[in-house]
Formats: sequence, structure tokens, C-alpha cells
Amino acid sequence: MSDPIYSVAIVNAAIEVEGLVKRYKETIALAGIDFSVPEGTVLGLLGPNGAGKTTAVRVLSTLIKADEGRASVFGMDVVTDADAVRSTIGLTGQYAAVDEYLTGFENLEMIGRLYQLGKSESRSRATALLERFDLTDAGRRIAKTYSGGMRRRLDVAASLIAQPRVLFLDEPTTGLDPRSRLGMWEFIEELVGEGTTILLTTQYLDEADRLADSIVVIDEGKVIARGTADELKAQVGGERLEFTVGHAAELPELREKLASLAVDEPIVNEQTRSLTIPVAGGADVLRAALARLEGSPITIVDVGLRRPDLDDVFMTLTGHAAEKTADPSTEADEEPVATGRGAKSKSKSKETVR
Amino acid sequence: MSAMTRVVGDSIVITKRNLIKVKRVPDLIVFATLSPIMFVLLFRYIFGSAIPIEGIGYAEFLLPGIFAQTVIFGSTITGASLADDVQKGLIERFRSLPMARSAVLIGRTVADQGLNVITIVVMSLTGLLVGWRIRSSFLEALAGFGVLLLFAFAISWMFALVGLLVRTPEVVNNASFIVIFPITFIANTFVPTEGFPTVLRVFADWNPVSSVTQASRELFGNTSPALPPPDVWPLQNPVLYTLIWVALILVIFVPLSIRQYVKAAGR
Repeated sequence: MSDPIYSVAIVNAAIEVEGLVKRYKETIALAGIDFSVPEGTVLGLLGPNGAGKTTAVRVLSTLIKADEGRASVFGMDVVTDADAVRSTIGLTGQYAAVDEYLTGFENLEMIGRLYQLGKSESRSRATALLERFDLTDAGRRIAKTYSGGMRRRLDVAASLIAQPRVLFLDEPTTGLDPRSRLGMWEFIEELVGEGTTILLTTQYLDEADRLADSIVVIDEGKVIARGTADELKAQVGGERLEFTVGHAAELPELREKLASLAVDEPIVNEQTRSLTIPVAGGADVLRAALARLEGSPITIVDVGLRRPDLDDVFMTLTGHAAEKTADPSTEADEEPVATGRGAKSKSKSKETVR
Repeated sequence: MSAMTRVVGDSIVITKRNLIKVKRVPDLIVFATLSPIMFVLLFRYIFGSAIPIEGIGYAEFLLPGIFAQTVIFGSTITGASLADDVQKGLIERFRSLPMARSAVLIGRTVADQGLNVITIVVMSLTGLLVGWRIRSSFLEALAGFGVLLLFAFAISWMFALVGLLVRTPEVVNNASFIVIFPITFIANTFVPTEGFPTVLRVFADWNPVSSVTQASRELFGNTSPALPPPDVWPLQNPVLYTLIWVALILVIFVPLSIRQYVKAAGR
């Protein structure tokens, strides 16, 4: 699609969701969400545990019925035209749903047959998929002997056997080791290259950042933000300088020296002996800051230019959401449990000066 | 493709899947063969040493009864297996596929009768070694096995619903033991019911386990000429009474189980 104007005209929505509401006895899993996914793109559905991601996937994959609203896949309603939808989609749930006592090959062949492919068609596709997912040798062993990563691969292979035009991946890399995770990302990118539309749920911000063309952030069953990764980052604010000093007592002096570079109020954290200064101007600002510190006795342990990543987006957004409902005294650093994962991986986007 | 061909085709795929598991899980084979052998031997020599049945050897009296009990217990596997499939997310996967809604349950209940066939063969051979004989025609004997399996098939559908409702294999196993054990004992399975207290006697007379046992006794030619003929309708018409129960159970539990399957939401 080299011509963007033309492509806009021909791209149809592969998935369309309008005002979806799903209530359980005491809780509201979905409180009216809307989104649409253009054909051939990846939508990242991002949110903490219990945000409603899986519920949305299950409504879309015909497993449960929503209480209100409608959802369709290529114009086919997921309730009234469920069987046609099922023929069009592939679903990889959160837990690898493979039959432990069947071999990898038998698992794929069975799913192929149940997609109403013929016997020989199912078999040839099973062979091809085992090859593609690097399971050719393992294909003769029963799945009980597989590692977690292999099971997950077999599970994804099973959901691909009927060459679905739309694929739902519910937290496809949860519980995978970093290597398998990277492998899974590459598979997903290949599929997108082949024109498959993908709805991906994840708690991992880097995953959405890398794979998703657009992102919908949900929390407590509501959409709290949407856009591309860049748009969401812009929403949170710009870049900042982060300094860590040897002694907390040095922080005020450091702050004073660099105050004029800040575009917003700097944040001092005595506990971590760090100073965070919102800035604009990228690496030049970093250079300017370092120049100001030349000859200063302040002990700089670490310094970095940090751009916002989806972790920040997430924390900012869910933080706001929490403020609305919870008591206002809740401190910003007392994040809800589900966002703890984000905080842990925070340092990785730091561009440390060498 | 018509809906019917799809039901049949998908059910065959699922049945095959379930039978492959029988081949690969040693526990299942042990459960299906060793324990029936043990029970035939135990009952034959322990109860048989103390329970004289007029006009007939205890082995001939016992085998139809223990067949009935064993295939009913065999059918409880349906519940445990489905609960396991729900737990492992397989039911959810099946439900996302364009397959017949009934196929997973048909394939399950049919495959479990496959396991029951293996059990019956092993028990029959054991029975022949300890004095059981078929004294009717080949066709009648086949009909005898048929009645047993048909009743077990119906019981499978009851347990399909249980398995989909409780979702934990262990709970199904415990529940089935508590219910099936008394039902198969308060019957004519192991001892004549004449000496039962009245309440138990009435229960036994109308208990379908008794009619299944009576039906297969008649069809195998294992009734005693010395005993008076049964004086209650269910046991005078054991095949008919059994078939009525089978029909009743299927009419109720097939739709209920399928409905529960469609709702079963996994974890």
C-alpha cells in the first residue's frame, strides 16, 4: 500500500465493536467499549489484569454474548452469524489449549478437521505449520512432553490452521521466556505481513509498542485512551533528564543549577537520590546540562535522557482513573498492583550517557 | 454440507481423539481392566462363599450385576474428562471453532462406551474362568451387552452435565462415588432382594440398575429356574423398563448438557 490516499479508501474494518457492555453478577467487565480494527493491521488492547481485555476477546470470538452493544468481524455479527465468524477467525487463548495426549501433529490435524477442512488438507497444513513453528521433530511427540514455549507455539499454530483472516491473541507471550517471546513477536509480524488482521491483548507495554499499529487502553471495562504508540506517548508529556547523585544533600544544588533548562517543575526524590527534570530539545539539553555541571563537586552517579514509553502512558492514565474513583489522598507512587510490572521495566528505555 | 453430516463428522473426530487418549494413558487402561478383574474375583469368592443362590451358581448370578455396576462407574469418566477439558481450556477452543455444538459431547459419551466395551470383554473372560456361562443364543447375548452399554451411554450424558457444571475432575469422581455406590448396591446386583428391609426393597424393585441387571440376566440365560419370577412390573419387563429410563435420561440430559456446553466458560 504505497499510496496512502488510495489505501484509506480500500481498507475495510475487519473488526468493529460498538458500545459493548458485559456484566457479571457483581462486576461490570465491559462498560461500553468501542473500537474498530482496519483490515491487515494490529490492534493492541492494553490494560491491567481484570480490565476487561479477555472479556472483549471472548465476545469477539463468539464464546460469550455481550449484554449490550454489537460486535462484528468483516461485517458478520458475532451473535447472529456466529458460525460464519468462527470460520473466519483464529483464537489463541490465555492458556495454551492443546490436548496433552495427542502429538503436535494430531492436535493440528484435529483442529483442521473441526474447521471443516478435509483430511488431506488438514494434514498437509499441519505438516507445514509444524515446520513453520519449528516443531517438526516435536510433532511426533505427545504435547505433554512440550515446554511452555512449545505448547504456546503449537497453540498459535492450531489457531492458524484454517488460515484465518482475523486472529485473536490473548496475552500470547505471558509466561514465556524472553527468547520465546521474541520468537512469538517475529511470528506475529510475519502474519501481519501476510495480511492477517490481529487483535492482541497484552499487559506488556513494549509488546504493544513493537507490534500494534494502534492501541486501545482499557481499564475497569472502559476505554481510557486510544491512538498510536507515539500519540499516546505525546499525551503523557515530553522527555526528561534523570540524574542520580551520590548524596541526597546534593540534590538542591543540582536542582538550582539546572532549573533554567526545565520546561516544567523538576521532581526531587531524596529516597532514590534522584532529580527528574522535564525538558525539551533532546540530546542538546543533556549536553547543556552536563556543561553546567563542569567543575562542580556534585557526585553524579547516573544521568540519562529519558523519553516517555508506554509504561509512563499506562501509569499516568490508570493513575488518573484511580484518582477519580479512589480517595484523593492516594499518592502517585502508590500505583495499583497491576501497574507494578510497568514500574519494574522502567529503566530499560533510559539512554544512559556512556 | 448438511448439519447432520457435520455432527457425524465432528463427532467421529472427537471420538478418535478420546480413544487415542485411552491408548496413551496407562491409568485409564488399569482402571478399565485391572479393577474389574479384581472385583469379579473378590465378589465371586467372598460374597459367593456366603450367598447361596438357589438353582444357579453365584458366578452366573453375579456377572450381570457386576457388569451393570462397572459400566455405570465407567460412565462417570465422562464427567471427569469433560471437567478436565474445561479446566485445560480445550472446551473453549472447541467452542471457537465452526464445529457442531453437540460433537464434543457425542464424541465423549461414545468414546467412553468404547472404554466400557474393553472393560466388558476383560470381565467376561474373567467371568468365564470363574464359572460364568452364557446359556442363551449369540444374538440374545449380544442384546444383553447392548442393553448394558445403552444404559451406560445414558448415564454418560448425566455425567456430561455434572462434569460441565462442577469443572473439577476430582469433584466429579468423589460425587459419582457417593451417588453411584449406593444406587448400584441397593439393587439386585449382588444379592437377591427378598431379604431387604421394605424401603430398600421397593427402591431396588424400581431402581433401573435392577432392571438392567435383570434384563442382562435374562438375555444371558443367567436366571435361576428355582427362584420365583419377579412380582413387580419393572422386573417383569426389564428390557422395556430399562429402555424407558434410557429414553427419559437422554431426553432430559442431552439438551441440558449441550446447553451447558455452550455456556461453559472455562476458567
